[in-house]
Parts: sequence; C-alpha cells; structure tokens
Amino acid sequence: MACLWAGARRTGLEPDADAQKDYNGAPFEGESATLKIIILGAGQVGASVAESLVSEQNDITIVDVDPARLNALQDRFDLRTLVGSASHPSVLAEAGAADADLLIAVTQSDETNLVACKVAARMFNVPRRVARIRATDFLNDEKVLGPDGFDVDLSICPEQVLTDYIVKLVEFPEALQVLDFADGRVSLVAVRSYKGGPLVGRQLKDLRRHIPGVDVRVVAIFRRDRAIVPDGDTVIEVGDEIFCLAPEKHIRRVMRELRRMDRPVKRVMVAGGGNIGLRLARALENDYSVRVVEHNKRRCEMLAAKVNRALVLNGDATDEELLEQENIAEMDLFVAVTNDDEHNIMSALLAKRMGARRVVALINRRSYVDLLQSGEIDIAISPAQSTIGKLLAHVRRGDIVSVHSLRRGAAEALEAVVHGDRESCRVTGRRIDEIDLPAGTTIGALVRGEEVIMAHHDSVIQAEDHVIVFVADKKTLPRVEKLFQVGVRFL
Amino acid sequence: MERLNAVLNLLSVVVIIFAATMLVPLGLSLHLADGAEQAYDTAILATALAGGLAWVATRGRQRELQARDGFLLVTLAWAVLPAFGALPLMSYLPKLTFTEAYFEAMSGLTTTGATVLSGLDRLPPSINFWRCELQWLGGMGILVLVVAILPLLGVGGRQILKAETPGPMKDTKLTPRITETAKGLWGVYALLTLACVLAMRWAGMTWLDAVMHAFTTMSTGGFSPYDASFAHWNSPAIEGVTIVFMLIAGINFATHFQVLRKRSLRSYRDDPEVRVFLAVIAVSVVGITLFLLAKGVYRDFWVALRYTAFNLVSVATSTGYANTNFGVWPLFAPLWMLFLVSFVSCSGSTGGGIKLVRAMLMFKQAFRELARIVHPRAYIPVKLGGHPVENNIIFAVLAFMLVYGGTISVITMLLAATGLDFVTAFSAVVACINNLGPGLGQVGPATNFALLNNFQTWLCSGAMLLGRLELLTVLVLFTPAFWRK
Repeated sequence: MACLWAGARRTGLEPDADAQKDYNGAPFEGESATLKIIILGAGQVGASVAESLVSEQNDITIVDVDPARLNALQDRFDLRTLVGSASHPSVLAEAGAADADLLIAVTQSDETNLVACKVAARMFNVPRRVARIRATDFLNDEKVLGPDGFDVDLSICPEQVLTDYIVKLVEFPEALQVLDFADGRVSLVAVRSYKGGPLVGRQLKDLRRHIPGVDVRVVAIFRRDRAIVPDGDTVIEVGDEIFCLAPEKHIRRVMRELRRMDRPVKRVMVAGGGNIGLRLARALENDYSVRVVEHNKRRCEMLAAKVNRALVLNGDATDEELLEQENIAEMDLFVAVTNDDEHNIMSALLAKRMGARRVVALINRRSYVDLLQSGEIDIAISPAQSTIGKLLAHVRRGDIVSVHSLRRGAAEALEAVVHGDRESCRVTGRRIDEIDLPAGTTIGALVRGEEVIMAHHDSVIQAEDHVIVFVADKKTLPRVEKLFQVGVRFL
Repeated sequence: MERLNAVLNLLSVVVIIFAATMLVPLGLSLHLADGAEQAYDTAILATALAGGLAWVATRGRQRELQARDGFLLVTLAWAVLPAFGALPLMSYLPKLTFTEAYFEAMSGLTTTGATVLSGLDRLPPSINFWRCELQWLGGMGILVLVVAILPLLGVGGRQILKAETPGPMKDTKLTPRITETAKGLWGVYALLTLACVLAMRWAGMTWLDAVMHAFTTMSTGGFSPYDASFAHWNSPAIEGVTIVFMLIAGINFATHFQVLRKRSLRSYRDDPEVRVFLAVIAVSVVGITLFLLAKGVYRDFWVALRYTAFNLVSVATSTGYANTNFGVWPLFAPLWMLFLVSFVSCSGSTGGGIKLVRAMLMFKQAFRELARIVHPRAYIPVKLGGHPVENNIIFAVLAFMLVYGGTISVITMLLAATGLDFVTAFSAVVACINNLGPGLGQVGPATNFALLNNFQTWLCSGAMLLGRLELLTVLVLFTPAFWRK
C-alpha cells in the first residue's frame, strides 16, 4: 500500500496515523472502489473536476454558496450538493468531511480554499487536501502550505496550466499540443498532417529513416476522430492527427519532418485580459510582441500596470475597426481567452477571416469544441480537460505522476512510476510485449534516471522507471491503472 | 491673521534655534582667536532677541498646523533666516551692503554657492566656517531639522517636510512617525558628512578644511574658503574623493536611509533614478572629455578626464566647485553642464534643479503620446520603477515644468533688461534657480556675482529661494485662494 499515495511521500506530508488507517481501509482494493470526495466551489473548475471524477465512480459532495449553480450541476450529474460557506466547519461536517478521502477546494477565493484545507486537516483528519491557489505569493515559501501552515497537499492553478499550454503553442507553432513528461525530458507532440507535407503517403517506418539518430515514437494516430494503433506499416494520410513521443531536445527536428516548418511566431494578440490573458501577456511579452484586447476600462488600467512591454488595448476583440487598426493581418497568433465561449469563437473566426495566421480559442462547452476543431479555428482549447490533469494524477490509483487529457478527454497520456518486483507487480521486470496491455494502449517511453528510452517491444521495464503510457480509449483506464499497482504481497 | 500668528509663533522658535547654530562659529572664533567673535556676539544677540520678542508677541496663538500653514511657514522661514544669517557677515565686513550680505546668506542656505565676496583666503576662518555651516543646514533643510528635534509640530511636521524636501512624490514615508523620518534623514546626512570629513582628511586636507568642504559637498553647496576653489590643492586624490561624495549627495537620501537600515545595496538598484543618474553622468563625462580632446583644449586623455569629471560632476550635482576655469572651454561643454544641472539630481537629494524623476516622467509622457498616435485605443501607463504613476502627478509635473521655464525666462529678461549680456543673464538665472553657484560669462567660475547691481542681486536671491523650495511652495502664497478660509 505504501506506494499508492506517492504524492504524500514526495511532499513528505504523511497523513497522521489515524487517518492513514481509515484511509488504507477497504475503498482502494477492488475495481469497484469508490472515493469519498468533497469539492468546494461549483464554478467552472469545480464543475469540470466533478464531471471527470463522477465518471470514474466516486462519491462526490459539492459545496457552494450559490444554489443556482448547484442545481445546474445536480441536474447533469449524479452527486450530492450542499449550500454553504466552504470554509465553515459546520458546512464541512455536513458535507461529510469526517469520513471523506479527499477534499478539493476550488472556490474563487484563495483564502477560502486555504482555510478549508486547514479546517479539514485539523478538525476532520481528511487525509488528502487539494487547494486551488492563484496568487503565487502563497507558493513562495513552503511554510505557508506545509503541515504547520495551511496543510495543503497539492496546490493547483488552472489558469497557469492553460497559460503554459498556450505558451507551448507559441513556441511550437506547428503543434496542436505539446505535453511534457518526466520533468520535461520527454515531450508528447500532436501534429496534424497536411496536404503536401513531407511524410504524407509514406509509411511510419520511413520516419526513422528520415531522421537518423533521433529516437521518435508515434504512439497514436487519430484519423477522422477514430484512433488507429500505429505500426511501422501504417501510412500517414492528409488530416491525420499524429501523436509522437520524443526526447524534448529533438522535438523541433521531429516536427520539421512531419510538417514544413512554419516561420516562428513574432506577434501575438490576446483577446481578453482576464486571469489567463494577463498571465499569457506576462509570460510572452519578453520574447514576442504582445497585444492584449480588453473591453473593461478599469481592467485595462490594471493590466497596463501589471504588464511591462505588452500593449493593452481597450475595446472589443470582435470590433473589426480595432483589429484593422492594430494590424490583425500581421499577427502570427491570435488567442481568444475571454470567459465567454461565443465571444471567443466569434473573435477567433473574425481574426482568421481578417488574416491572422493562426487562431486559438478557449472553449468550455464540449459540443462547441467538436463543432469547431479542424474548421476555421486552428486550435480549440477546452480548459476543463487540460487543467485538471494534475489533480487527476492525484486521485488515480497506482503511482501516477501526471495525467494529460487529449482529444477533449477521449484519450489520456499518463506518466506512472513502476514499483515492486516481478512477483508483486504486473509490469516490473517484464518485456513490453509480455505485458497484458488493453487494446489501444501504448507504452511510449521509459525514463530511467536521466536516460530516456523509447519503448520497443523488447525493452524491459525496471522498478522505479517512469513509464509514459498513451491510452486511446478512456474506458480502459482502470485496467491500466491496475497494472501499475503493486499487489498485496509486496507489503 | 490667525494663521499668520500661529505660523509666526513657530517661526520665532525656528529663529531662536537658528541663533543657537551661530554658537559653533563663535566657539571656533574664540578657539582660533581670529578676531571675529565680536561679529557673532552682535548677531546672536540680535537674532535671539528678535525670535524671543516674536515668540512673546504671538504666545498663546499656537495651534495644530494645517496643510496650507506648512507652505507659509517654510517660505517665511527661508526668506527670514538669510537676513539673520547675514548679520555676522555684515558686522565683520562693514563695507558689505545688506543686499550683498543677504545674497551671500541666501546663497549659503539654499546651497547655491554663488558669492559676492572676494579675497576669501584672507577672511577669518570662522566667517568661512559660518558660510559653510549655512550650506550644511540648508542642504537637508533647516525645518526638517526642527521637525526632527522639536516634538511640538506634531502632524504639521508632515506639511513642512512636504514643502521643504524636493521631488514630485513625497508621500513615501520612511517610518510610521514623521519625527522619526526627519531624524532618519538628518541622521543619514550627518553620518555621510562624517564619512566625507574623514575621507577628505585622508586625501590631504587639514581638519578644518575637511569639515568645511564636507559641509559644502554633502549639501551640494559649493562654498569654498579659497578664491581658487579646488585649484587651491591641485590634488587628484582630493578631487576623486569629492567626486564620490558629490555623487552620493546627488542621490535621494531616503534611498541612502533604506540602504543603511536594510544593510543592503539593493535599494540603490530598486531606485529608478539612481541608475539613470549615474548613467547620464558617466556618458556625459566621457562625451565631454572626448569633445575637449577633439577641440584641442587638452592634449592628454587623463588630464582631460580629470578636469571634465570634476567640473562636470560638480556642476551637474549643483555643487559648483571648480578646479579650472571651465568658462573658457568651448561653449558647448559648459552649456551641456548647465543643461545637466537643470535636471540630473535625484529627488530627495540635496542637489538642485527640477530633479531627475520629473525629467524621466516628462520623457516617458512624451513617448506615451507618440505611442498613442500609433495605437489610439491603447492604455499606456507612465511607469516608474515598474509601478504606474497617476495622471495627476504627471499633470503636476507638467505644470511645474511650465512654471520653471516661465520663471527662468522672466528673470532672464529682467536681468537682460537691466544691462547684463544674454549669456551672463541666462547662466546667472540657471545657476541661481538650480542652486548651482557659478554661471558663465561675467558670473563665470573665475569671477563672482559682485558686479550685479542691487536690483539684480535681489532678483538672484529670489531665484535661489524659488529654486530651493521648488517654486510652487512659494508661488502658492501669491494665490488669493490660499488666503481664503
């Protein structure tokens, strides 16, 4: 059991003995095990966390001060709701904190989230506490979040995750998505092949011939929204979404093979100066020419005070005149990140029509995303799916370091740490072709210490390896997780 | 009238304290037996008597200072104290008119350093010491000193500090209590002066010279007990030490205070003015050195660098020492130095001029307007040290610049109308309003202000007062609204 909650071991925050006992009780053993989870805050993040955890068979109670939001959630999902102030002990007690396994505090307010975690730890011995914390000030000194501070096991900041995601797209303008594993040693890149691309119509094994010396592995191809498990003979077609794993340093070369290299991004326009817009502007302003469009005047003043070199423009991103004035046709990237889906879609479409080279839109509603991907809008980002990976990794069985949702949540890429030995674990000490992987699941790479090994059928997995697994069908996830669990005999 | 009485009451206390400061040269005079003690006896008696009488007359009229009272008190104090400061000079030098003595004392207190006296070397040391002490008192501000040592001002102390310390943004309090702030500033000032004394002594001055020059260096005053100023020593070591301390005096003393309190040099880096201040001066020194070499004024690079560095730093920080007659350099060099003195000293320093921060704000404002032409919808804040500056401060700075430019033009016209040539008139005004000292032409570093007639002398005294109190503190008294209830 010791390996289950690797997070606790990593952070050195072992739950106290009592809680440990409760915690190690029944719920985790079988596949039908359910976690009792309390989610504080039913905003966008709370709702998407709830959605993804409900689908994994957990008992969820969600708390918010706004009954209207809760009603909307209750109509859609099978969960319990509770109206009240998230940090009040009485509210937490009523939510069932006494026997909860996990508390996820994702209200709008950092302070509420912090206090809720402290109360949950001290009064109710909730073994795991996750808090959404936006202000980086709290993260500067670990004493604040440590056991003597607010006692938070894991802090998440969805805005930051989204910002990182978009920054990657600016750095690699050819990619649909770039994800890092094993502290950035391995990257997973999604690229769409296009007509006339160097590899279209070729077999995958040609790829290796094209880039000698670079170990790259195509882990999946999505063709017309269906996953194909690739092998050396698979022929790349126009419009394929190709997911490949490669050591981080070779990413650019690999991408050059898959697509003609686009000219690098120089000018970026960000529509919407909210939390994400601001973070984005600050992350990009030193290396690119950045313009931020925001309609609220007071917010503009605030933005202008916080950015250094980025230009803050007051106006509506769907205002043609403004876009014209600011030379939209010269923009290499237009990113719409307001909190309004329709606005993001319309402004991105308009920007594309007016000549922006690539447009990216943040879209919450899944139905819209499916409607738009591969259309006029080059990349539709669904925040719910991309931001909660870190949290999901925390909830998963087995020692999962990170989880990334791909293809709007249909597929997943995991990084798991292998423990135990040949006897206690179904992976350790085996060749990859000996492992009973569910269909659609690929082991892409192994990271052993500093070394990155691209997985071949005869690679042998050792204990403490980080394994990067691509799961094309989310339904098979529990089986994959179970593979990486260490059996009881290991204890 | 009620306001005037309350302010006069405080003013009388300030005058009495000022009388006490004359005890120092008196002591020196007695110690050295230089024959000037009679002058101090008269001056101290007269000053203390005047202060005492005023105090008795206005007794019982004290009240808490209001925002406007600060301006009145500060202006009155700065106008009245030079009259008392002139007394020792007048009684020792009976040929000196009141006009000239007042000019000399005003030049001292405002740290200008322009003089109407010649034959300084032959004056008794205590008289020279008094001139230098006046500059030292005026450098950090005599009213700031009063706030620091007298608790009686209470909240009103803030108004006084605001009215007397230079710079456009004065609400940054260093400590929670204004008395502590004043003590801190004077403490740092005294400490740096002490360091300067030791360094100058080490570089080769006598103790008395070291003290006097430390007084006039840290206050960026520029009085010297020698007609030849620094050419008296002709010593690169002394000049080097003086350059360093003039630069220190040109930096905000609040920043020095932070550095000493936090024991880290970080505050210099975080101060947006310091970097620009040092950069502008460094670039100017190199540029003018090369210019002088190109024009053939000097043959040797190191000689050119020595004279440029000393005179340029001295003029730019509004100190006004000279080790050569830079008035004979090709006109561009001294003009550039006069241009620098108008803006390069940091706010909160003892230097004169409009202060670097105002110049930086204007520069950024100009760029903002240019950017707005290209991006009409953009929000472009003017930032200083990473923080946006409010528009009303920018408007205030704009107004200040206009008044500054207007004042210079008006006084230049008046001087020219009364018979001075343009270069002399203009440079005299620039030298006075920026509290620099030597000008060009007939008031250049090799001569002095003695050739001015009475009217011109009074005008220059007025310009020094306006410059030291940054114009608005004085001019606000001439608005009718100020006197309305």
